[in-house]
Formats: sequence, structure tokens, C-alpha cells
Amino acid sequence: MDWSTIMWWVMAAVTVIPAVMIVLSKDIVRLAFWLLASLTGVAGLYILLGADFLGFTQVLVYIGGIMVLILFGIMMTNRDAVLMRRGETTGGAMLTGVVIAAATALALLKVVKDTKWKEAAPVEMPATTARVGEALLTDYVLPFELVSVLLLIVLCGAAYIARRRPEET
Amino acid sequence: MGPIGLTHYLVVAALMFALGVAVVLTRRNAIAVLCGLELMLNAAALNFVAFNRFGSPERMDGQVFTVFIMTLAAAEAATILAIVLNIYHSMNTVRVDEVDSMKE
Repeated sequence: MDWSTIMWWVMAAVTVIPAVMIVLSKDIVRLAFWLLASLTGVAGLYILLGADFLGFTQVLVYIGGIMVLILFGIMMTNRDAVLMRRGETTGGAMLTGVVIAAATALALLKVVKDTKWKEAAPVEMPATTARVGEALLTDYVLPFELVSVLLLIVLCGAAYIARRRPEET
Repeated sequence: MGPIGLTHYLVVAALMFALGVAVVLTRRNAIAVLCGLELMLNAAALNFVAFNRFGSPERMDGQVFTVFIMTLAAAEAATILAIVLNIYHSMNTVRVDEVDSMKE
């Protein structure tokens, strides 16, 4: 095995094993940190796919941004650890969830296995940052502008929803 | 085991997606449900990049789509956390099965 194959198996393990731990972990803070590990594995897989820009964006946006948001959310709502854990996974709901998830996994794996995927011969991927930027400002300029407006709306909306009302403080 | 091909990535993404479904369905904490959603979104984004790489590596469509997915995931996480904070202030719970009314 060459080094990229070995790195693929390492990154696949870093992605999937923490994802399993997310399902199993009882503590919400540990769950968040397992999610962080899993998203790091996805960043590694992006880089192995030749998508270097996306790999670093994944680290910046998910690990630097969304994880911090989630941890803030946990800290601001986790006043009572017993309250947080009470009835977290009841037997019946746990069983139903696991059965549906297993059925989803089996269906997806069967599709992956049975379909004849059109697979181009692997080529050396040149650096992608310039090409992604070019695509964003030519073919995808309308969605790009729409997304930037959406981000502005979300920023204002989230600040408005999360504010403390004056009469409550 | 052979060289790493498209199906290897698809299997990893399928497992991630199914685990995300399991988290969403078994958790009661709204923030844990959000973590499951992030797993599912990342599985879909990984599929886009894998198809881009092995389907048509000369174009950038899959990677651009993943950029949009990341942007929308960030917007979604911010909105959900704002709503969860608001619910926590008014109802004093973050459990999704205890929130059963639209106002206090």
C-alpha cells in the first residue's frame, strides 16, 4: 500500500469511529468533541480527494466556527446536568432510531454496491482555489450573490431571535 | 483491497449519513439533534466532492456545491442555536419532546 491509501484508511477511521461515538456518548459536551473529530476526518478526506480549498474551508468554517457556536449553545443551556441527561435515550425510542438508521445504511450501501458508477481515470488534481473562485464568479454568480444576501438575513435574524427582551432582564 | 476508488468514499458517506440519522432519531437534546444534522450534511457534501473528483475532474461543480452546503450549514446552525436559546429562556428546556407549543 502506498502512503495515500494508508492515509485514506486513517482518515476514514477518523471520520467514522467518532461518528459512532457520537451515537454512543451520553454526555453532550463529549458528543460535541466527537463531532469535531469526525469533521476533521472529513477535511482530511477532502484533501485526499484533491479539494485542498474545501479541506481548509472545512477546518475554518466547521471547526473554527460551527463547533464554537455549538459549544456556546451547550454552555448557555446546560444549567442542570441531570436535566440535560434525563430520559436522553429511552429504550423504545433508541430501538426505533437504531432500526431506522440501520435500514438507511443498508439501503445506501446496497445502492453503492449495485450501481455501475461512471468512474473517470484518476488524474492529478491541480490546486483548486483559483478554479473554485473562477466558477463562483462566472457560472455560479447568481447563487453566490443570493447566498451572501441570505447570510446577511440570517445574521440579523439570529441576533434578533436570540436577544434578551428588555422586560425579561 | 485495491486502489481507493469512488465506492470507498461513497461507503464512508453512507455510514456517516446513517449515523447522523441515528443521532437525530435517538437524541432528545436539541443541540445533539443539530450535531446529527451536521453529520448528515457533511456526508452529502463528501458525496458531491467524491463525484466531482471521479466523475468529471475537469469541472468544479461538485466543489462549488459543497461551498454552498457549508455556507447554508453555518446559517442553519446559527439560526437553530438562536431559536434554542430563545426556547430555553422562555420554557426552560432544550428537549425537543417537551417543546409542544408555539408560545409561552
